[in-house]
Formats: sequence, C-alpha cells, structure tokens
Amino acid sequence: MRGATHAKWAACAVAVALAATACGGDDSDSGSGTGSDSGAVLSSSWGDPQNPLEPANTNEVQGGKVLDMIFRSLKKYDPETGEAEDMLAESIETTDSQNFTITIKDWTFSNGEKVTAKSFVDAWNYGASLKNNQKNAYFFGYIEGYDKTHPEDGSKQSADTLSGLKVVDDKTFTVKLSQKFSTFPETLGYPAFAPLPQAFFDDHDAWLSKPVGNGPYAIDSYAKGSQMSLRAWDAYPGEDKAQNGGVDLKVYTDNNTAYTDLMAGNLDLVDDVPASQLQNVQADLGDRYLNTPAGIIQTLAFPFYDDDWNKAGMEKVRTGLSRAIDREQITETIFQKTRTPATDWTSPVLGEDGGFKEGLCGDACEYDADAAKRLIEEGGGLPGGQVKITYNADTGSHKEWVDAVCNSINNALDNERACVGNPVGTFADFRSQITDHKMSGPFRAGWQMDYPLIQNFLQPLYYTNASSNDGKWSNKEFDDLVDQANAESDTAKAIGLFQDAEEVVRDNMAAIPLWYQNGSAGYSERLSDVRLNPFSVPVYNEIKVG
Amino acid sequence: MGRYVVRRLLQMIPVFIGATLLIFLMVNVMGDPIAGLCGDRQCDPATAAQLEKEFGLDKPVWQQYLTYMGNVFTGDFGTAFNGQEVTELMSTAFPVTIRLTIVAILFEIVIGITLGVVTGLRRGRPVDTGVLLVTLVVISVPTFVTGLLLQLLLGVEWGWIKPSVSTDATFDELIVPGLVLASVSLAYVTRLTRTSIAENKRSDYVRTAVAKGLPQRRVITRHLLRNSLIPVVTFIGTDIGALMGGAIVTERIFNIHGVGYQLYQGILRQNTQTVVGFVTVLVLVFLVANLLVDLLYAVLDPRIRYA
Repeated sequence: MRGATHAKWAACAVAVALAATACGGDDSDSGSGTGSDSGAVLSSSWGDPQNPLEPANTNEVQGGKVLDMIFRSLKKYDPETGEAEDMLAESIETTDSQNFTITIKDWTFSNGEKVTAKSFVDAWNYGASLKNNQKNAYFFGYIEGYDKTHPEDGSKQSADTLSGLKVVDDKTFTVKLSQKFSTFPETLGYPAFAPLPQAFFDDHDAWLSKPVGNGPYAIDSYAKGSQMSLRAWDAYPGEDKAQNGGVDLKVYTDNNTAYTDLMAGNLDLVDDVPASQLQNVQADLGDRYLNTPAGIIQTLAFPFYDDDWNKAGMEKVRTGLSRAIDREQITETIFQKTRTPATDWTSPVLGEDGGFKEGLCGDACEYDADAAKRLIEEGGGLPGGQVKITYNADTGSHKEWVDAVCNSINNALDNERACVGNPVGTFADFRSQITDHKMSGPFRAGWQMDYPLIQNFLQPLYYTNASSNDGKWSNKEFDDLVDQANAESDTAKAIGLFQDAEEVVRDNMAAIPLWYQNGSAGYSERLSDVRLNPFSVPVYNEIKVG
Repeated sequence: MGRYVVRRLLQMIPVFIGATLLIFLMVNVMGDPIAGLCGDRQCDPATAAQLEKEFGLDKPVWQQYLTYMGNVFTGDFGTAFNGQEVTELMSTAFPVTIRLTIVAILFEIVIGITLGVVTGLRRGRPVDTGVLLVTLVVISVPTFVTGLLLQLLLGVEWGWIKPSVSTDATFDELIVPGLVLASVSLAYVTRLTRTSIAENKRSDYVRTAVAKGLPQRRVITRHLLRNSLIPVVTFIGTDIGALMGGAIVTERIFNIHGVGYQLYQGILRQNTQTVVGFVTVLVLVFLVANLLVDLLYAVLDPRIRYA
C-alpha cells in the first residue's frame, strides 16, 4: 500500500498527465495494424495495496503484483512448475545446509546503479530490523542474529544488522543460518528477499512515491490509490524481458466494475473474476477466461487452546466433521468449479515431486454421512451440542460456503442445529479475535503460499507456536519430523519426511482441509499468451498485445 | 443577523465534539486494527507492538481521542496504514466527491424543480399523474439497481459512456453517476415543489398579484416560486451532506475514487484515522450547509428576520 506526493494537488496533476499519455498510447496502438506490438500498453485491474510498497512489507497479492514486475531476486519461481530457478544468483553453495555462499550475476537497477552483494545484505538487514516495522520480517528469522535485530518480546533491538550476513566482495556474500534449513535457497524467490538500491536508503519517501527496482518493468508514474503506470525497461539485463510496452494498473473498488469494464472494452485484463459472474463467464469470454490452480488452500482450523476441542477423542469428532462435508457438491454449486476438493494439506501447484500427494487425506476427507455420525458419537459428541464456524463476512463470499458447509453437516448428522455460521463484521476484527484466542469452535483459515515448497504449507501452520498456527495445535511427533526434514539435504528424502509429518496432521485432523483455490482471470481480445503463476498473479512480462 | 450566525457557530462546537467522539468510539469498538494488516496470519508480536506504538493505539481510548483532536486543530489528521497522510487522501478524494455532488445537486435543482413547477401548476392533469408515477418508481428502486442498470445499458450495451470513471473524474464523466446519485432526491424534490406550488397557488398574495395584472411569468417566478421554494431549499441543503457521505454505493459502482471509496476502505481496514478524519469533515460540511439553508430563508421569505 504507499507516499511521496505531499503537495495537495500533485496527485490530481499526475492523474491528468497519466490520462493524457494513456490516450496517446491508444492512438499509436490502433495505427500499428496487425501482429503483436511490443510497444503497446495493456491495462489491468488492481487493488490499492494495504501497506507501503516495500519488498519486506508487502504481504498481499495487490502489492505483490507490482513487486513481481519491478523486482527480480536471487531465484524466480517458474510460472508453470513453480520450481525455483536461478535469477540473479550465479550460484548458491553450501556443504552443511547452514552456511551458504551466494554469488550474483552482473545486474543493474533501472536507475543505472549496480546490483552488488551489498544491495542484498542492506535490504535484508533493513527487512529484519524491528524499528522499520516490516511485516515480512519473520522471513529473515532463520538467519543468525535475527533475535538481536528483532527481539521477539518487542524490547529494544541490540543490533541493527544480522550477524549471519557478510559481504565478501562486490559479487559474493555469505549467509549463516541459526539452524539447518536445506531448502533455504528455494525460499529466496520471495519478494522480501529482493535487493534494494542505495536510493531506497538515501531518500526513502521519494523511493516510496516511485519505487525503483531491477525487474523487467520500471514505474513511470504512480498516483496513489488510483493508478500506476509501468513501462518496459529497455535495458533490462535478464532473459524474461517484457513482451509488451507496459502495464497500466488501475485501482478498482469493486471487481464487478472491473469485469463490466472488461466487457465494455475499457480494460484488458481482470485477474479476479467476481463470484457473481462465474455463471456467465464462459459465455462472455469463452477461452479468454483462465481458471488455473493457485497455491491457496482453504481449511477449517480448531481452537486447541479450548479444552473442549483438545481433549482425548476429539480427533474423532474433527474427522467426523470432515467426513460430514460434501466438498464435491459445494465446490460445484457455490464455486462453479473454481475450487477443487482438497485431498491433502498442500496444493496441486507443488506437483508430485514438490510434495503434493493426492489422496493423502484418504477416507478422512471423503463424504460419508454414516461414518461421520459414528465418529462424532465415538468421540463424545460435539462440544456443547453445536459447532459454530466463525468467518469474516466482509469479503470473498465466505458466508455462502460456510452456510453450505453447515447445511452439509446438519444433513449428515440429521440435526438441524448441529452447525451454524458465526459471521464477524470485518477481516481485521476476525483476525484480532483469533489472535486473542477468542474462538470457541472451528474457524475459517486460508493459506496462500509464500513460496512453492511443501515446508511452507506445513511448518508455519502446524509447528508448535509457528507464526500462523492460529489454533495453537502442538504435536511433538510433527515437530520432530519437520526438524528432521529441514536438516535433510536430500530433497526427495526431505519431502518424504514432510509428508510423514502431514500424515500426523491427518491422524489428528489438526485442521479440516476443504478445497484448493484456483486463480481466475479474464482478458480482452487484444491480448495473447496470458497465464497465471502459482501465486495467481498474471505473468505480465509474457503477455503480448495486438 | 451577525449575532444569529455567531450563536449558530457556537452551537456547532458541541455537535462537532459529540459526533467525532461517537465515531472515534465506534471505530475503536470494532477491535484491534493491526491484526488485519498481516493477511491470514498473525503479525509477529514485536512488529505489532511497534506499530501500535507508532499509531498511538497502545494508549487508553480517551487519551487517543484527546491527542487526535489536538492534532486535528493543528491540521494534522494522522497517517493511514498505507503510509499516506489522511490530508493527502482528502485532497484527492474531496474534489472528486464535490464535483459529483455538484452534478447531483444541479440535476435536483434543474430537473426536480422544473418538474415540480410544471406538475404543481397542472395538478390532476395527465402530466401530473405521469410524473407522479415516475417519481414513485424512482423512489422505490434502490440506487444500486438504477446504477448497475444504467451502467450496463449505457456503458456495455450501447457504448455511450465508459462504465467506469477515470482517475481525473471530470464533470462530463460524472453526468451519469451524478444522475444516479441524485435520482431518489430528485424525485423527492419534484414532489415537494409540486405540493408547495399547488398549495401557494391559492394563497392571497398570488391572487393579489394576478389581480394586479402582472404577467403570469412574473407571478410564478417572483411570487409563487420564491415562497414555495422554502421547504425545497431545506431539503436540498441537508441533502448536500447526505449526498457527499452517502455516495458510497454510487462511487463503488462507477469506480469513483472519492470520499465514499476512502470511507469504505477505511472501515474495512479499521483505519481509525481515515474514518474519523473523513467523517469529521463531513460533519462540518453538514453543519455549514444547514447554517446556509437557514440564512437562505431570510433571502427567500422577506417575513423571516434573524435577530
């Protein structure tokens, strides 16, 4: 989310200028005739980012979209397979899964400054330092010295830089982790690990009003809250150069308006098709509608801090609830197949090799009313005779599916009052109730992966006291298996261990997996080669216009 | 007159403090705003504590309110969670909404009053019945239906307008949104004017004017209309505040980045600074508009005098 135009009318002036250039661009497009035009600009829907646009401070898709265009990190995730491939990294070497030596390629920022080892080390130190309020600081938590720059109890930090980071020369730096973490290099594609130019530190406000990075696009102008114009950076040193002239991101308050604009030919790309239009989208757009798997899984988590849900036998009740949910029917009728029934706790975007195992959940995720009833009875019945599913009612049509889940449970158990939805007005309030441990029954939990690794679907969610372990589930067997997997340097073996850990989650039904979420997008006839990456963000640099 | 204005201005102070306090408390009751900043995960406690300190959320509510009001009087409305100053948000949002409101008010005045005069003078005729029926329909259809329908017909089917308003939001782009925003009020204005005109048509001073042999045009504009407009002016005056704050629906439909948009986003993100700041300004607008309406009475009706 963003700030440099403090002059009252500057934003308006920028907006006027933007409109003027956009109009000019359109004219030249229509004059270029047939064939794709590498200079043509496309427009795309956008939402106002929630936090200032700093790499280590952006944790949602809208800000991530921009970072994905203007930054390249050591690694990049392949849009198709999700595999981490070297980008700026020449090599990342380790012998013990704890000490890494990183060498980088020749690269520059779009303002001409060289990308050096220092650009990385400074950026990571900035992200890890408590005083900078970076919301992704925990990404640097594995690096030695994090406890000094970011004391957990919020006391004053005793160091400004991470002791585990050392610049060796212009092109080389070393990283020392506080524990073994074999897949650490694969996490380095996350935008939080992007390098930052000196301008970021010299004049922070100016940088925020017009961020400068090292990706295929450079920001041309930015009117906060309304529009950002990105233009292809001609001197981009990487191989994934932009295939179009640029992207205009337009802020839409309501994705329905964006969709209407697409229909009217006023917008080229909508990357969030509103739920209410899913029924028409095939007829409206035909094959210009994308519906591909994204690294998002929706689950129901449980409050394990509540003794009613944590006592012996409750795993049977939880499994029973899972078996009382007819995922197939709900994904078809409510979501028009933009969700796929989940059969494990990861996501299909990981691929078989990456740790996704279809059917790992087995019977426990299959709808069977009789089994559900029996399991819940064996486990001692529902606590208080009723489950309340808590969710936030402000976004994402959560009400519809929670009601459907409850209906399914009620039907399976032949009990009109077995399950009710418990809406909370806003997302912020929902989150603060979770943080304050005020949940009295299952609650909506969604997880969008940070990087395509099975580790990211398990450790942050189910490890004891992990950052997103909202239900406070704790299991020694699970923790041990995750520790072993992280220390294992053989990737295949590590994944096997993670899957063993996932089975522990299943046997205890720590959270009920519901469905895998797809990313959706629709585009105009002008565009071709549009696809979504595993983070459900369009791969802008590949899009051809014309 | 001067004393009256001063008295009214003094009365605004308690209203202003009461309104801001209520809004401040309401936003605070909604819970901890920091929790929503980290997506579907818990903010790490250290960063959350740091942010709370920075936004002053770690202090008791009364202290937060006092600090906030103190800052407001020095022109500092605080900072939104995305790092932008609220005054900066206002400087982009208010011009847009003011333009939208002006368009809407113009529609109300021009179309509403004209229709009201025509139907008032021709009471019981087909024109009257026709307009009455139309206003009934307009009043009963919610704004979002009118808005979406017009957007779909004019924007997508016929291609007369762009379905969404660009970031500059110029007057010509705001015609259709302005009409949608004004529609319900417009119908009320028509009905109010009609009743008022119909009633005053039979009054003594109009009969006198007609008897004096004044031309009909002069009777209607100078004598009849001027007196009949008093309730209408009250309505339009209070409507200014309602239109500015109530444009949320219209602004969403046509993607206008005005006050409604900022308020909506502020509420969703529980951003106290944004919500209280914008509402404070809206309260002021409402109060000033009401004062102006009361002063206008004296202009319209020579019998009214303020001591």
